[in-house]
Amino acid sequence: MNDTVELLSRLQFASTALYHFIFVPLTLGLSFLLAIMETTYLVTKNEIYKKMVRFWGVLFGINFAMGVATGLTMEFQFGTNWSYYSYYVGDIFGVPLAIEGLMAFFLESTFVGLFFLGWKKLTPKQHCVATWLMAIGTNLSALWILVANGWMQHPVGSVFNTDTMRMELTNFWDVFINQEAQTKFAHVVAGGYVAGAAFIIAISAFYLLKNRSRELAIRSIAIASMFGLVAMIFNAVAGDTAGYVVGEHQPIKVAAMEGVWNDTEAPAPANVFIVSSQSEHKNTVSLTVPYLGGLLVHHSLTRPIKGLNTFRDENRERIKNGQIAWKAFQDVHKGIDKEANLALFKEHQNDFGYGLLLKKYNPQIDEATPEQIEQAVEDSIPNVTVLFTTFHLMVAIGAYFILFMAYWVFKAYRGTIATVPKCILLLSILSLPLPIIAAQLGWVVAEMGRQPWVIQDILPTSVSHSDLTMASVLISLLGFVALYTIMLVVELILMVRTVKTGEKVVE
Amino acid sequence: MFSYEVFRIIWWILLGVLLMGFAIMDGYDMGVGALVPFLGKTDKERRVMINSMGPYWESNQVWLILGGGAVFAAWPHVYSMAFSGFYFAILTLLALLIIRPVCFKFRGKHKDESVRRIYDWGLCLSGALPPLLCGVAVGNIFIGANFQFDPMTMFIQYKGTGLFELLHPFALLCGLVSLSFSLTQGATYLACKADDIIAERAKKLVKVTAPITIVLFIIGGIWLPFLDGFQVVNGITGGPSNPLMSGSVEVVHGAWAMHMVAHPYLYIVPILGILATAVTMVKVSSMPKFAMITNSFAIMCIIGTAGVTAFPFLMPSSLSPNSSLTVWNASSSKLSLEIMLCAVIIFLPIVLFYIGWVIRVMRGRVTLTEIESDETAY
Repeated sequence: MNDTVELLSRLQFASTALYHFIFVPLTLGLSFLLAIMETTYLVTKNEIYKKMVRFWGVLFGINFAMGVATGLTMEFQFGTNWSYYSYYVGDIFGVPLAIEGLMAFFLESTFVGLFFLGWKKLTPKQHCVATWLMAIGTNLSALWILVANGWMQHPVGSVFNTDTMRMELTNFWDVFINQEAQTKFAHVVAGGYVAGAAFIIAISAFYLLKNRSRELAIRSIAIASMFGLVAMIFNAVAGDTAGYVVGEHQPIKVAAMEGVWNDTEAPAPANVFIVSSQSEHKNTVSLTVPYLGGLLVHHSLTRPIKGLNTFRDENRERIKNGQIAWKAFQDVHKGIDKEANLALFKEHQNDFGYGLLLKKYNPQIDEATPEQIEQAVEDSIPNVTVLFTTFHLMVAIGAYFILFMAYWVFKAYRGTIATVPKCILLLSILSLPLPIIAAQLGWVVAEMGRQPWVIQDILPTSVSHSDLTMASVLISLLGFVALYTIMLVVELILMVRTVKTGEKVVE
Repeated sequence: MFSYEVFRIIWWILLGVLLMGFAIMDGYDMGVGALVPFLGKTDKERRVMINSMGPYWESNQVWLILGGGAVFAAWPHVYSMAFSGFYFAILTLLALLIIRPVCFKFRGKHKDESVRRIYDWGLCLSGALPPLLCGVAVGNIFIGANFQFDPMTMFIQYKGTGLFELLHPFALLCGLVSLSFSLTQGATYLACKADDIIAERAKKLVKVTAPITIVLFIIGGIWLPFLDGFQVVNGITGGPSNPLMSGSVEVVHGAWAMHMVAHPYLYIVPILGILATAVTMVKVSSMPKFAMITNSFAIMCIIGTAGVTAFPFLMPSSLSPNSSLTVWNASSSKLSLEIMLCAVIIFLPIVLFYIGWVIRVMRGRVTLTEIESDETAY
């Protein structure tokens, strides 16, 4: 029963978050591209650039509305479906969200209004400033959201308070400069820039294929491809750094991403293809490349990679320690031998969360049977097949876009965009959704890789949901699916119609 | 520096400020949205109404988002209790807030007028129901909610029955007050910003909605002493944020009237609310901009009345009064409150500055002829 509520709540969060993230990367990328195009207009005074800003702005606007609308769901859902989570970590997690509203969301929302309706009332320079402020706002927004998410991955600057039974902030600066947050921020926004660039290139390629709006298309590709190539290279570096940081803070996640069950000696090889069996704790099939694993994960040829089976043994010990911590904490509350038990709790406090992993099997955590402990140990390993596949697909898409952007930059440099063969144009059109898919895969890696935790090593997902009935969550889930499907259909109709009408939209 | 209590009070006031910001700023554009099908006779007139708030509605909605974030960060107990305890009410509000931006952005992109009519009603519902629901939520502070804390884990348990449990007649009355002042706010805004033909209709409407606000508000004031209220006994104000460690709470008939009776100077707050609404009604024809200010002030007074009446309660529990959430037992840690206060002190003036700048830049009435010639309009 509780399991089903948890599962449905996770399904609802995952589907609404991934849906939200169809629109976010485009907002991040397109807002900067619009600002760049408008700056180009200011410098060159060539009306075509103004037309570009206006035209791509229409598509940006449709996308932006969807991003804002679906983003609200995310803020509300922590409270509606994950109330124990909100209670337990609101003291820390809520702060970046509140600052995001104040610092970033007001900025982007205020200036997006000026961007669309201020053309006649603002001077060109003022309007350009408004566009830049809007772009900066969207990116600052991403920064604070990733500070919040980074803390879920690597909870620094905070401590458990036994009086209030929750995590409390001790050092906000540590939360802000958290490496997980900063590297992920770079990776996420760069991914968004690539998505925006690919979007513009794809639709421009469509115009070239249809032999219309050629000037707009060629100039758009020139700007988007250069922006996209720089962003993609930056994205690859940021992604590699993010992976390295995860390897330091969440080594289990990396072991699952790489499909490493047993410790591998240095220089560690990398799996490029595996068939993994979660229940047998091994890969039944694996194809490896020597040296690569250590280089990618630890940037080292001398450091071994720890395998999941080693983590299983470590986690078993931590769960047992967690039981001791839980028992001591309970006794403190009951007033039994308060000082000694408080000392005992402090000693095992770091493993308190591991004790909570048992709660779904036995509410009396300290009385869990060895079988129940074994079940919790199994739970403590993320799903290898899902992580390995999603991670490697994301990387493959990234590699493809380095070539993709480089090709278009080369064509732009040579001034031969107009003569690009039809098959490439077609391929470019089909590539439109790929960066968004890669971003979605990236989030699956980040969030599924943290399971069974919602806050790494502190709070298991299985205890974080609200006191709701299965029927309630099922109804809301179906409601979201219905509403979001209708919205997606309307959105796509409008997008396609705008693209088909082309630059006439803004004439 | 300041004690924990001072920060808790500051954040209680800031919560009120955010709620007022939301009711005043989003109040007018939700009011306009609610009136779209009624005051706009033709498609063009409705477009004038929608475009009158075109550049502002997005930033106005942030007041609500910021409010949600601030409750999450400063009052995590309240956020987690209210959002999950009032599950379907919150999700209904959310659905409306999702539909709203979509209606704004997509309406004008359809050429067919019958399709546009669907969006008009979407704007109407998503403009009328959020103020109503928010008012009902505030009203429920005076009724209490059915929740309790598990003493060991602090897990929040409910014995609620869902959406309809919230619709206590008194809470509903509060919802209607909120709806009514939002409609007044929207109509007053149209009196300032819309083409004359719509402005005239809006002025007439204010003469109906403003008296309704006054009457409903007074009924609420008379009703309140007859409700079961809550009272803190032996309260601890500077202790840890644990409702079960902060003294006990009793249910006392008529307790909600006690603040006003004990401190008669507080009567000034509701009286100013009534007077300001009356001034709005009288002055809307001759000085619509002034009326906009007086109605905003009236909204502040009405929300302020709810605040001083309920203090220190944020959400009492009718199921287990000792689990009640108050200013003294439901806040974040002192450090979190400090850091967010710094953020507010730095950024709120900047935000208000650029919002003010945008209002100035985009000043002037939105007219029918202007709408016809402007292809970027909604």
